[in-house]
Amino acid sequence: MAITLFAVFALTFFLMNVVPGGTSEMILKHTFIGLEESATQEQLAQFSEIYNLNDPLYIQFIDWLKGGIFEGDLGMSFVYHKPVLDLLLLRLPATIILALSSMAIAVVGGVSLGIYAALKENKTADHLLRFLTLFGVSMPGFWVGLILILIFSVYLKMVPVAGYGSLENLILPAFALSIHSLASIMRITRTSMLETLGQDYIKFATSKGLSVNKIISRHALKNAMLPVVTVLGFQMGAMLGGSVIIETVFAWPGIGSLLVNSIFARDLYVVQACIIVIVFLFLIVNFIVDLVYIYLDPRIRYG
Amino acid sequence: MTGKIFRRKDMTISILLLALLVVVAISYPLLALSDPNAIDLTNKNLAPSAEHPLGTDYLGRDILNRLAAGTTTSLSIAAGVSAISLFVGVLIGCISGYYGGIIDETLSRIIDIFLSFPGIVFALAIMGFLGGGVINLILALSVVHWAKYARLMRGQVLSIKENEYVLSAKIIGAGDFHIMRKHLIPNSVATVIILATIDIGHVLLSIAALNFLGIGLPADIPEWGAMLSAGKEFMRTSPYQTIFPGMAITMVVIIFSIIGEGLRDIFDPNDTGGEYL
Repeated sequence: MAITLFAVFALTFFLMNVVPGGTSEMILKHTFIGLEESATQEQLAQFSEIYNLNDPLYIQFIDWLKGGIFEGDLGMSFVYHKPVLDLLLLRLPATIILALSSMAIAVVGGVSLGIYAALKENKTADHLLRFLTLFGVSMPGFWVGLILILIFSVYLKMVPVAGYGSLENLILPAFALSIHSLASIMRITRTSMLETLGQDYIKFATSKGLSVNKIISRHALKNAMLPVVTVLGFQMGAMLGGSVIIETVFAWPGIGSLLVNSIFARDLYVVQACIIVIVFLFLIVNFIVDLVYIYLDPRIRYG
Repeated sequence: MTGKIFRRKDMTISILLLALLVVVAISYPLLALSDPNAIDLTNKNLAPSAEHPLGTDYLGRDILNRLAAGTTTSLSIAAGVSAISLFVGVLIGCISGYYGGIIDETLSRIIDIFLSFPGIVFALAIMGFLGGGVINLILALSVVHWAKYARLMRGQVLSIKENEYVLSAKIIGAGDFHIMRKHLIPNSVATVIILATIDIGHVLLSIAALNFLGIGLPADIPEWGAMLSAGKEFMRTSPYQTIFPGMAITMVVIIFSIIGEGLRDIFDPNDTGGEYL
């Protein structure tokens, strides 16, 4: 994981800095919008001096890495004129709240609907749910978000269009972000549950006379959850990506909308830091998924 | 195999619809019936009518016309992305699996790194600094997608290269390139292509998402995500320019999902999701 993380740092940094025209020129152009032509060579030099842009790229990279790891200094934002770390800490809670609530909706909804569909295999409810999952995984998240705004904010006036701070504001973005994962989790739960229900020990439990509820909760669920956890890991990653778009739709003040705004503003250090944070969260999620795996299946041991 | 495909109702319908879309996508720019960018401010934000079946947008442009033009954009970009990422993925996966050792270690590590970025964020970052445009969009999305195919291809090659016919080929002195081209790739590429078919849906969603955010194509190329993004400002009074492009995206993604998953069921009967209709 350490090597991967380092490589991600390096890849992000060089991707961001190998810009046609040079970093300093680009930043300068942005700082003097409309005055690009009048920016003199001296201003350029002065600017490069402030942001240490005269050093060779690899030195800049090492400085950035050292600052980031040992001093928590990820550079200054060109636009906000604040340390990048402060911006991130300000924005991070919003993204985490959004991602966790979406995940909760997706897991609770997906697992319970998946079990329900498995129990009703090939009945109307099952067909209907499967047809809906097809839509769930195929609809663009931002479109779902806009349609939700249209229905619940514009027509029914039940919740505000956008904003941050109260539960009312959270409902629509969390739901829009969860749809895709909910459908994927439901689908895999159904498949995995059907497979588990066909096992001998379930047949044995049935012939012992256990109720359906007991069979599901005591025997089937834990065994059926392994593939679900795998999908959960993927979905968490997809959700981090999706949050970038959903946050923009709902003007949600998280890392995702910060990233998009910073890309437009060419706020280099902020973009770098946002990507690193998202990848870091993604790697943590994968690590947690591995831990849950060991809990669910004690046969798995990582060396 | 064709029999198996057309015995399934959902796949038959999807393939017919896809064929229709491809015909639209190819013939639209050739026929050039009317300009999808033609502005008509006297007829802006109209609801669907006989003259404009899906209404008009905020500049009075016909929505149906622009959706049809968007088919060409989306399908050709998705085709480009699939072609490039499949080519790179199959090649790298094959080399990695076949040679093993330090080559495999290195390539696998690179694949892991590419897979550790959430796709859309990575594409966003690349687009942000390459700038918009068709070629840049295809490149950015290819960079994101190839690693998945490479990993799958590597796994396939690892199992296939243990077969006796590969060993026999080696013994009679066949070169590495020959073995890859004649034995390894033909025997494993089907699985990768099936993944790529399912994946086209994701590619289409990514194209729409990037354009929705405004980091994609120049404004004069009609694209569904961009139409949605422009339309959302007028959602209160004229919701059609938001609703219809989203429906178009959903429909095309569903078509590719059904075809891809159907193909997977046919090739791998163990992993069956069943029919949708």
